[in-house]
Amino acid sequence: MNQVLLDVQSVLRNRLFGNETKCRPDIEKFQQDLKDLITRSVEYGESNSLLVIGSKGSGKTTLLRTTVDLLQKKLSKTLIIVRLNGYMQTDDRIALAEITRQLHLENTLGDKVFGSFSETLQFLLEALRGGSSHSSQPILFILEEFDLFTQHKNQTLLYNLFDLAMAGLTPLVVVGLTCRLDVIELMEKRVKSRFSHRQLYICNQWTAENYLQAFSDMLLLDAGFCKTTKHKSFLERWNSNVVELSNNASVQDILKRQFSISKEMPSLQCLLVQPICKLNVNHQFITAADIADSARNVFSDPKANILHGVSVLELCLIIAMNHLTNIYAGESFNFHMVYNEFLKFTQKKLHILQKHNKPVVLKAFEHLMELELIKPKETTLSLASKLLKEYQPTILLLEEQQLKEAVYRYPGCPTELQQWLESSTV
Amino acid sequence: ENMAKNSLPARNRQIEQLTNLFGEKHHHTVESLYIYGHTGSGKSCVLNHVLVGNDLFHVVVNCIECYTTNLLFSTILEALSFEEGRIRCDNMNDFVRCLRKIVEEREVEETLYIVFENCERLRDKDPILLPALLNLKELTGLNLCAIFVSELPWEKFYNGTAIRDPYVMFFPDYSKDELVEVLCHLRPQETDLEFYKQYVGLVLSMFFFAFRDLRELRHLVEINFSFYEQPIVDGKLTKDDKHKLWKNIEPHLTSSLQKLLMREACNGRQSNEPELTESIKAYDLSKGNTVKSQNLVELPFYSKFLLISSYIASYNPSSTDRRFFLKHAGRMRKTARSMKKDDHKNCHLRGPHSFPLDRMMAIFYSIVDEVVPPSAGLFSQISSLVSLHLLAQLGQDQLDMPKYKCTVSLDFITAISKTVNFDVIRYLYDFV
Repeated sequence: MNQVLLDVQSVLRNRLFGNETKCRPDIEKFQQDLKDLITRSVEYGESNSLLVIGSKGSGKTTLLRTTVDLLQKKLSKTLIIVRLNGYMQTDDRIALAEITRQLHLENTLGDKVFGSFSETLQFLLEALRGGSSHSSQPILFILEEFDLFTQHKNQTLLYNLFDLAMAGLTPLVVVGLTCRLDVIELMEKRVKSRFSHRQLYICNQWTAENYLQAFSDMLLLDAGFCKTTKHKSFLERWNSNVVELSNNASVQDILKRQFSISKEMPSLQCLLVQPICKLNVNHQFITAADIADSARNVFSDPKANILHGVSVLELCLIIAMNHLTNIYAGESFNFHMVYNEFLKFTQKKLHILQKHNKPVVLKAFEHLMELELIKPKETTLSLASKLLKEYQPTILLLEEQQLKEAVYRYPGCPTELQQWLESSTV
Repeated sequence: ENMAKNSLPARNRQIEQLTNLFGEKHHHTVESLYIYGHTGSGKSCVLNHVLVGNDLFHVVVNCIECYTTNLLFSTILEALSFEEGRIRCDNMNDFVRCLRKIVEEREVEETLYIVFENCERLRDKDPILLPALLNLKELTGLNLCAIFVSELPWEKFYNGTAIRDPYVMFFPDYSKDELVEVLCHLRPQETDLEFYKQYVGLVLSMFFFAFRDLRELRHLVEINFSFYEQPIVDGKLTKDDKHKLWKNIEPHLTSSLQKLLMREACNGRQSNEPELTESIKAYDLSKGNTVKSQNLVELPFYSKFLLISSYIASYNPSSTDRRFFLKHAGRMRKTARSMKKDDHKNCHLRGPHSFPLDRMMAIFYSIVDEVVPPSAGLFSQISSLVSLHLLAQLGQDQLDMPKYKCTVSLDFITAISKTVNFDVIRYLYDFV
């Protein structure tokens, strides 16, 4: 039994975290365009450039990977692929070294690349121009995080790549993936003019029903899972459980709520992480309670969580700051003003809060600054403001509503504090 | 797994969640994990326990120690590779390649966990660093999980362009009962559990209201335990005389409360070094001044007056100078405007404002009784006050009209003026 569950976990984890691409129904329709483009370049020696634009998690990388994998098997000539990523190649020099390394050109010996930047560039351009559209092998350049490449100096790499694509010598396909919708604006004029302005927008046009369907598709196991009879019987039970779960009203509510926040696949995957990881011999099927538990974690307000754990003294200070912000209509306050308010409050209700002296209150204030619940108004500190840290103007980064809820939920909150918060003047 | 549960009380749920998330050694897990919670809520402890206890392949780096990206990369690579010696790594590209090479050399199928502690520091470095690290699994193509640990909620990490959100996990703070459990777990070896539990309960009843930080509570509990035990060790009281034990410990706890959060040098060492306690008794901490002990700062006579006049110049509006310092200034007419101004006498709340040198010297000459000729020696005392950080110099114009601000507190200046028999309160606008 344990083995069956381990296998279930492996399959589901691969779907969530691994490279399993079966469950991306949102990108299938874009595959055709991409396939056509690359096929044309390989078969007929055309050079092209394309930008794939879509938000984070919409499936651009997956799309490209699946398309390329499919085509590799079908094409007549081998396609050389050069993969670049804006996060890794932060500079044109590094990018160029990486290109020559991936193309295994003659001036590389193992991993090292010789020559200065301009020499390497010269060599690369000669090598690529030397080809012709019929005899040379087609090259596919994949540039992930394309918008980061536009921030390099002079955009030399982009200029040269698009220039080569336009020149029509070696068949070249340049595909850029980015999440910025205004990426065209980021390119310089000469680069923009060499770009073919072909753009593929990956936008997910799902409805709530599609989302629910994706949920059950993600969890259903298919016939490929049946290795032994035990597996087979478990499969039937599992699948019926999944169908039941998808029809459960509370689960549907949770999914609809998540759908209203974000339509993309990662939001669905986020909800499913905890229930899937919990599967073991004692807990063999996913229940609606698991989903509800996971949803509670995902929808919880992080600032409220942090406020739950501050000390009573710090809570008093926050309430004092809230009053000051209300009185002074959003202007900044400093530590002495807060301390003054605090003293006014404690003088009235001596028996509740022990008298804390100034250094202790200052320490609590600094802790709040570390937690970034308050922030100094000016970010650059001159020497004078460092010496006078008690007088530094600060602002509170909490809304009154959040504060009210936090005080309401605070364990063992003294009622005087709640009354103080609700009164408009001290 | 049972061992893990026994040695970390009150964190069972988190241990279970983490173990489930990590799964078997070869299982893939989330690409990046973000753990947040208050300081002292056990994040690093639990993580360490799970990773070491289950013998998982991992590296831990602290982003405060590795304050440059080079250090960050080299620490990780050196921890993973079998070779001795330093590995140089300047940029992300080399880091990814070296990481891939090292892990493939090792030929393990297990997930690699890289833990970044205090990761809020990563925001201040290169803006591309944090997004790249979040995507590390995709960039390297390895079976990897990047774990980020911090106090702040994830929303503080958003910057300009979108970044991939990690799986977020919260470590809640301890409740009162949980704190008792944890503190009893951390007790010194020979003590009896029930007795210690009673003691911790007493301490918490007094301190839990004020603060909840585990580290501070632990420190307090440890230093006061010897006082609590003292009558029992001496034989005067037995374990059942709870009321008398409480009466014995109460003054110690109250004085600890005064010194709350201030780890002064005397805490915990009182029994060991008698001569140290003598000198520390001279430290009067009960007043709770922010003063660095005026006994330690001896200023020459004129410097004291210069400091006093700078304080007056900082905290009095310049329109009131006439009234305080001119002889026969006459009475100020009580106009409607001045009545309104009197209601807002809070210069001390606003902080010191800057004043030109001339004004300070004018006040100085008027408060010092004798005739003082202006000399280079006098002005050099001003520079020494600036270097002692009792005055702060501002502004670009240093030669013609330098501007200053006084940075000392009211308590400090009253103490100084007492030593020269000068009543500074009488000259301050806020106290008239």
